[in-house]
Parts: sequence; C-alpha cells; structure tokens
Amino acid sequence: MPDTASPILDVKGLKTVFRTRGGEVHAVNEVDFHLHAGELLGVVGESGSGKSVTMMSLLRLLPSPPAEMRDGAVMFGGQNLLDISDEELRQVRGSKIGFIFQDPMTSLNPVYTIGYQLAEPLRAHLGMNKTEARARSIELLQLVGIPDPERRLKDYPHQFSGGMRQRVMIAIALACDPKVLIADEPTTALDVTIQAQIIELVKDLRRKLGMAIIWITHDLGVIAGIADRVMVMYAGQVVEEGPVDEIFKDPRHPYTQALLKTVPAVRGARAEKLQVIEGQPPIMMAAPSACSFRNRCAHAYGRCEDANPELTAAGAPGHRAACFLLDEAASKQPETVDG
Amino acid sequence: MAETTAAGPLVKVRDLKMYFPIHAGLFKSHVGDIKAVDGISFDIAPGETLGLVGESGCGKSTVGRSILRLYDVTDGTVEINGSEIAHVDRDSLRSKRPMMQMIFQDPQASLNPRMTVASIIAEPLDEHLELSSKERLARIYELMDWVGLNREFAKRYPHEFSGGQRQRIGIARALALNPKFIVCDEPIAALDVSIQAQVVNLLEELQDRLDLTYLFISHDLSMVRHIADRVAVMYLGRIVEVASRDALFAEPLHPYTQALLSAVPEPDPASERNRTPIVLQGDVPSPANPPTGCNFSTRCPKAMEICRQMEPGVFEFGGGRQVACHLYSDDMAEPAEPTAGSESN
Ligand SMILES: Nc1ncnc2c1ncn2[C@@H]1O[C@H](COP(=O)(O)OP(=O)(O)OP(=O)(O)O)[C@@H](O)[C@H]1O
Ligand SMILES: Nc1ncnc2c1ncn2[C@@H]1O[C@H](COP(=O)(O)OP(=O)(O)OP(=O)(O)O)[C@@H](O)[C@H]1O
Ligand SMILES: [Mg+2]
Ligand SMILES: [Mg+2]
Repeated sequence: MPDTASPILDVKGLKTVFRTRGGEVHAVNEVDFHLHAGELLGVVGESGSGKSVTMMSLLRLLPSPPAEMRDGAVMFGGQNLLDISDEELRQVRGSKIGFIFQDPMTSLNPVYTIGYQLAEPLRAHLGMNKTEARARSIELLQLVGIPDPERRLKDYPHQFSGGMRQRVMIAIALACDPKVLIADEPTTALDVTIQAQIIELVKDLRRKLGMAIIWITHDLGVIAGIADRVMVMYAGQVVEEGPVDEIFKDPRHPYTQALLKTVPAVRGARAEKLQVIEGQPPIMMAAPSACSFRNRCAHAYGRCEDANPELTAAGAPGHRAACFLLDEAASKQPETVDG
Repeated sequence: MAETTAAGPLVKVRDLKMYFPIHAGLFKSHVGDIKAVDGISFDIAPGETLGLVGESGCGKSTVGRSILRLYDVTDGTVEINGSEIAHVDRDSLRSKRPMMQMIFQDPQASLNPRMTVASIIAEPLDEHLELSSKERLARIYELMDWVGLNREFAKRYPHEFSGGQRQRIGIARALALNPKFIVCDEPIAALDVSIQAQVVNLLEELQDRLDLTYLFISHDLSMVRHIADRVAVMYLGRIVEVASRDALFAEPLHPYTQALLSAVPEPDPASERNRTPIVLQGDVPSPANPPTGCNFSTRCPKAMEICRQMEPGVFEFGGGRQVACHLYSDDMAEPAEPTAGSESN
C-alpha cells in the first residue's frame, strides 16, 4: 500500500487521559496513525495498552469526565472530528464510520427488537421510511448470513446465539454503507468455528463494498490472516507499525518480537517450553518520559531510561518502530536510507 | 479404599451424565432437561494432562465440575485414585476433597476480595487440617514460593494484584492440600497473551515437581497442543474424538475436529493466505433439544443419511485413539468400549 495516496483517516498526536480518584491514567499518549481507503489495519497490543480507548477517542465516544481528550487531530473527509459540532459528529458516527464494540451483549439494546435496532440508523441518517428501512434491514441480515431474516427482525437480542449477535452488530455497523468500519475484538468472545465464519464474511464484504477496516484483536493468527498493515500498541503508544509480512517476518520492536514468540502454534513444530515476557505492563499514571517497555526488555540500556523513543523508519517502506536499537543499527550501517 | 495399581488410571469416568432440569409454568413443573453432559467416558493416567476442548456450551465445565462432585451427577461413575466419587455420601466425600482440586477461569471472581492472600491460601488448610500457627505460616510461604509469589505480598488483598498474579493465588490455594488431581477450567482465558505463557509454564513446572494429574479445559487449541498429552474433543455433551496430542493435531479424524483445527488461524501471513478453513453451515443445536442421530449431523459437511437417524458407535484406532463417527463404521477400526482410550489397554 503506497504511503503517498492521502489516507481516508489520519490521526495525529491523539492524547486521552482519565481523571480518576487515584490520579490520572494516561491511556493514549500521542498516538499517530492513518488508514487508507480499502485497507485493513490490524491493531494488536497487551490488554490495557489503549486499543479501545484510542478508537473510542476518535469518535468522541468516551464520557467526559472521566475521559479528557488533551490533544490531537482526527482528519476524516476534510474535517477534524475533534472540532466539529455534536450534530455533525452524529452524522459521521451513524453513517460514515461504523463501530463494532468489544462486547456484543452490552452494545445491543435488550429491550428493542433486532429489526428496530437495524432500522433506526437507516431512518435517522438516510431518511428512509418504514418500508424502505425494513427492506434494507432484511438485505443486511442476509448479507451477514442470518437465515430467515424476515422472521428474525421481530426477535430480541437474547434470542440470538453469540455468533449471530455479533453478525447483527456487523449488520448494524454496515447499515449506512460506511467508508470506515472499526471493529473492536469482533470475534474474541466467539468459538473458532464461528470466528472463521465471521472472518470469511468480512473478507467477502471487503470485496463487495471495498470499505476500510480497523480490526482490533489480541489474536495474532487472526491478524496474520486478514490485515494489510499492523499497528502494535504498548502502554498507550504505537510502538511499531508496518505491512503485515514485515511485522511477522522482521519485527523490530522488542515487545513485538517477544509477543510473536509467546504464542504456541497449532501446526508445525511444537516447542518444549513457552517463551514468556517476564514482568507486568506499566501503570500509566503519567505521560511517558522513558521507554515504557524498558523494565521487561532484554535489550534495555541507559538511553531507554532517559528518553521515550519515537517511531523511526525500520527498513521496508512503511515499517516503523519506536526503539533506540534502530538508531544503533542505523549508525552501524551509515548507507541506510530512510524517509 | 483400595489404592490403584501403579499402571491403572488415576481418573476413571464411565458414562457420566449431567442433566439440568428445565422448569416452566406457574407450578414450575419439570418440562425437560438440558443434557449438558450426556454419557461421557474417559481415563486419565497418573501424571498425565488430558486436554478437553470444544465450543462454548458443549459441556466442558460441567464435566470438570461433575467429576469433582461440585454437582450431584445424574448418572455414571467417577473414580479418582481408586475412590468412587460420583455417588458417595457427603461425609466420605469431604475426606476425599483434598486430593482433587479446581483452578477457575476468572481469578478475579474466584477470590474473596475481603481476604488477604495468606488467608485465601490458608482457607483449605484451616478447613481440613489442624496446623499450629507456625506450621500454617510455613505452609503458606512454601505455597507462595512454589507459585512464584513474593512472600511480602502475604498480607495484601486480591485487588492489589494483576490478573496473572491473581491466578497464581488461585493455584497456590488449589495446591494447599497436596492434591493428586486438578481440574484447570480455562485457567488462562482471562489473562493477557503475554501473561498466559507464564501461567502455563508454572502449571507444567508444578506438575513435574508434585506429580500432578490435570484435566485441562480450554478453547485455545494451540495452548492445549502445548500442554496436553492427550486431547478429548467434545461436541454438545459428548466426546467425539480422543487421541494423543500428536496424532490429533497431525490428522484429526472426526469431521468436527477437522473443522475445529482448520479454523484456528496461525500467526504467519504466508501460510494464512493458503489456509482454507472448513466453514460450518447450519444451526448449532441446543443441549435441551439435541438432534436425533449424531449430535453433529446438523452442521457436519460429511453427514450421511444414517447420521440423522442413528447415534454413531465409538471406534478404536489403536494407540488409545477413539472416534465416534459413522464414517468409520465399515473401516478397519474396531468398535470399542468407550473408555476414551488409556494407552495401556
Ligand atoms: N473509564 C476509565 N477510567 C479510568 N481508566 C480507564 C477507563 N477506561 C479505560 N481506562 C484505562 O485506559 C487504559 C487503556 O484501556 P483500553 O480499554 O483502551 O485497553 P485495551 O488495549 O483495549 O485492552 P483490552 O485488550 O483489555 O481490551 C487501561 O489502562 C485502562 O485501565
Ligand atoms: N447450573 C446450570 N443450570 C442449567 N444449565 C446449565 C448449568 N450449567 C451449565 N448449564 C448448561 O449446560 C451446557 C453446558 O455448559 P458448560 O458451562 O459446561 O459449557 P462449556 O463447554 O464449559 O462452555 P464455555 O466454553 O462457554 O465455558 C450449556 O448449555 C449451559 O447453558
Ligand atoms: Mg479493548
Ligand atoms: Mg466453561
């Protein structure tokens, strides 16, 4: 994917802090990333690394207080989503950017029928009348592979299995033909056989509708199968990003390297002992002034304590990592070109 | 209480059934049963880890809980270390409790937030043994050492720990009475990937050191492949296939196992491009109303006419491998008594 075409979504310097009774939690620290039209960006990272909060911040979905968006710009369709009015933002959320939340049970409203929850955004954003919205709802349920969609419109969320609820969530997110779909752990709660169905569905929808997707998951296998590009988060920061093959073949940040080694394989050789990442992730009570991974990093040295490394070019086009070891490697090889 | 012979299984389960009654109507009359576990047999050898996999709701936890008699089972027998467990009375059950323990999925929910780590770990000691306060403390420290918890944390409360550390507290408590057999029910599912490996390595070290036997319940097939010696695959209340780890992952025989393994994505973009998962169609049946014939027939890509009419028998493939599927009925495989194959028979 060439970096030259201008991205459909461009996030710069995003910074989100929670004010809690125990002090501030710096959940998202100067996050920069972009998404190209039609591309699937996979987001991985430790639990608590800020994946969900980053994406919720983009669309100002976090209640304030306790959340506080301290800084940043989110450019989408020529406007900064952090500056526009609430009304304009509602238009974007409902119809241009679809969002699938981490927990399908809490995000579908148990007191409304599936049919109502599908039709509501269609009527509100696309101004459809009742009949049109109903026809489109049936079409959407068909699209996500729910059998007997006409009858199922009358059902309530609890009458659907977990996998079907997740499909309904996808259908709702797709209702207004969004340009961007943000899916937060859309298959984590599901069985692998159902996950396989959803992934096939998403691949198929991408072919048909050509939307850009941000897919958050902790499952590196899922990422390997569907992503064009990968962004790795740690302690509220992007520590590495790049084309999917590069990230898996030549990870440059020690966290990414360690992460790839901790997961056992289902095929191929079986390791006698699992590799571990010792220690715990940091508690983010202040903005980082040093490398957040240093206490768990086998390569840490003086510099990692003194300053927080920035993302720097790491070989292949579009591959960047935030680690001082890259500088060291570059200074040993002075002819390296970077952008 | 006869001790088992050295060669015999430590855990022997035969035709275990656990039905949960469904009550409905004004008078709460009994209208049916959820057949959560519907006739399951297996053995686990001493020191062995049997992995138990299968989709959500297929009855894995119910198997684990039934064999430890956390439920009053509907039918069948369970023998652990030579003692009958399934139908024994409350008092003799209490004396058997120490040898069988459980580690739960959610370390948060299974630890009392108002108790210190020391008192959580000591709870089973206080209940079953009469230790002096010095012996008691020594044992608490020993257990904390075993699971890699700093002794200085003894006076702290669960909320002051990370998920991985809380799971260590749960493991220490499970080890307190020197159990022989531990049911690990999704012990790493609630943990971050980077912490999962720490806990799995700990469970393996403890198994070697203390000669433990595990039933390891998980939906994470790659982790099961790592930790289990043998694997049993469940579908809707029944075991459909059991085999040694290597045989199962190299060549799954039951169509459900085949679909399950083919669906696991692998952290390698190059091989992911060539992987074509078997995508299952059809409805997932409910354990309150299982289909006639084979339970998997509604989704099975290889289902034949007979599969919708008759429950399949269990076929033996040697090396302790057993498969319950009509595809193999006129194969070289022999019909077997479903013991879920201990390799010794
Ligand atoms: N309402 C809140 N108040 C205080 N802190 C919060 C709140 N919501 C999130 N956080 C903190 O923000 C950080 C980032 O959380 P986030 O939910 O984005 O993590 P994540 O990467 O999505 O993790 P997971 O993989 O577990 O979903 C965490 O440290 C979390 O504890
Ligand atoms: N106490 C109970 N009362 C009634 N039904 C129950 C009870 N416990 C479990 N069930 C039902 O029995 C079936 C098997 O449940 P079980 O918890 O054993 O599944 P599982 O394989 O452990 O699933 P998971 O992977 O989601 O933990 C399910 O249909 C469940 O709803
Ligand atoms: Mg999240
Ligand atoms: Mg369970």
